[in-house]
Amino acid sequence: MTTPLIEFVNVKKRFGNIRVMDGLNLSIHRGQITAVIGKSGSGKSVLLKHIIGLEEQDSGSIFYDGRDMAQMDRTARRKFKKRVSYMFQDNALFDAMTVFENIALPIVEKSTLSREEIKERVLTRVNQLDITGTEEKYPAQLSGGMRKRVALARALITDPEVVLFDEPTTGLDPVRKQGVHGMIKEYQAQFGFTALVVSHEIPEIFDIAQQVAMLDQGKIILQDNTEQFLRTNLDVVRCFIHGKEKTGEKI
Amino acid sequence: MIAEYIEYLGHKTLGIVGGIGRTFLFMLMGVFHIFTLPWQIYKVVEHTWFIGMKSMGVIILTGIFTGMVLGLQGYYTLVKFGSEGMLGSAVALTLIRELGPVLTAIMVTARAGSSMAAELGVMRISQQIDALETMDIDPVRFLFSPRIAAAVISFPLLTALFDVVGIFGGYITGSLMLGINPGIYLYRVTESVIMADVTGGFVKSLVFSLVVTTVCCSRGFFTHLQEGGGYGAKGVSSSTTNAVVTSSVLILFFDYLITWLLL
Repeated sequence: MTTPLIEFVNVKKRFGNIRVMDGLNLSIHRGQITAVIGKSGSGKSVLLKHIIGLEEQDSGSIFYDGRDMAQMDRTARRKFKKRVSYMFQDNALFDAMTVFENIALPIVEKSTLSREEIKERVLTRVNQLDITGTEEKYPAQLSGGMRKRVALARALITDPEVVLFDEPTTGLDPVRKQGVHGMIKEYQAQFGFTALVVSHEIPEIFDIAQQVAMLDQGKIILQDNTEQFLRTNLDVVRCFIHGKEKTGEKI
Repeated sequence: MIAEYIEYLGHKTLGIVGGIGRTFLFMLMGVFHIFTLPWQIYKVVEHTWFIGMKSMGVIILTGIFTGMVLGLQGYYTLVKFGSEGMLGSAVALTLIRELGPVLTAIMVTARAGSSMAAELGVMRISQQIDALETMDIDPVRFLFSPRIAAAVISFPLLTALFDVVGIFGGYITGSLMLGINPGIYLYRVTESVIMADVTGGFVKSLVFSLVVTTVCCSRGFFTHLQEGGGYGAKGVSSSTTNAVVTSSVLILFFDYLITWLLL
C-alpha cells in the first residue's frame, strides 16, 4: 500500500467535557474518494476542520504527504492550504458577492494572474459545472443545487490536490442529492483530485466512494474499500447502514 | 456560596480581560495590514463611499439642527448679559472642540458601525469568515483593514462637514431669525477659532474612527465568542446592539480623556 496523502494518527480532541476524537486513525489515499460516515454529531465535520486548520487536535498527529502538519512552518502551511479546498455544508458563499466574484475570490486574492486570465479561468469552471448565465447573480438568487455547484466551482478554481466535502447533500431533495453525488464523482474523475466526503447519505455515498470509513464514539471503527466495507460483520456498522439503532442504545 | 461567587467573579474578570486583549490585538492587526502589500485601494474606496459619502446626509441634518439649537440656546443665554454678539464664538467653539467630533462619531456609529457589526456577524455565523481562512485569505486583512482605513479618512472629513454645517445652522437662527448682524456673527467665528481648536477636533475624530471601527468590527467578527453563545439571528442582533452601545460610551470616555489631555 502506498503512503497515504493524509493520515490521522491517534488524534484526540475534546470540547469541554465532550470527547469528539478519541485516538482517531484514518488514512486518505491519493486520487481516491474516501467517505467518512457516522451519526449526526459524531465529529465528522470536526475531522475535516482539523485538516484545513480550523481546529487543532489536543494530541496525536495529522500527516500530509508524510509530513506532520503540526511541524509545518508558516510557508509550508500556506503551500498546503493552496493545495486543499473545502466545501462547506451550507456552501459558505459570500452573499454580498456575485457568483463570478465568489468563484474568482481565491485567485483574485492569492495569485498574480491578470484580470483576463482570471476571467478566462472562472468562465471555464462556470462552463464545466454547467452554471453558465449565473455569473452576475447573487447566491440568494440561485437554487440549492446551483449554489452547490457554485461552491464546487470556487473549491476547484485553484486546481486543488484535495477537496474536502462537508455533508455536500444536506438539505437537498433525492434527485438533487443524486446530482451532487454524480457531480463529485464526475469531477473527481475529470480533475483527479483526492476527495474526502463526510456524509450520512446511505446508501448513495457507496456509489461514489472507493474507500469508506465509519466514525463512532471518537474512533474510526472500520475503514476499507467500499466492497469490503459493505461485507463487514461489525454490528455497529451494519446497524448504521441499515438505519437501525443498536439494542439499548440511546438516540 | 462564597466560593461560587468568587469563581463567578473570576470567570467574569477573565472574560472581560480576554475580550479587551482580543479587541486590542484585532485593532493592531487591522492597522498593520493597512500597510501590507498588495494594497487594497479599491476596497478602501468602496468602504469610504459607504462610511463617508453615505453618511453625509445624516451628518448634514444632524449638524444643521445642532447648530440651530446652539444658536437659539446661546442667543437667549448671551442676551441676558448683553453679549449676543459673541454667539458666533460660542457656536463655533462648541462645535469644533466638542460636539462636531462627538456627534459625528455617534451618528456614524448608528449608521455605519451597526451595519459593519451586523455584516461581519452574519459572515461569522454563516461560516463565510471560516471560508476565507480555508482559502488562506487573512479575514482581518480582508474585512477589517479596508474599513479602518476608510474610517480614518472619513471621520475627520465628516467632522469638518458637521462643523461647517453647524456654524451655518447657528447663523440661520442667530442672524436670519433673531437678528444678530451677520458680519459680526462670522467675524466672531473667524476671530475666536484658533488652529489648536481645529487640531483638537481633528485628533478626536481620528481616535473615534479607530474606536468605532474596532469595536463594531470586532463585535461582529467575534460574534461566536460572545458570553452565552453568539449564534443565529439573536447572536448577531446582540453583537450589533453591544457594538453601538460600547462605541457610544467609549466615544464619550475618550472625548473626556482627550479634552483633559489637550487642555
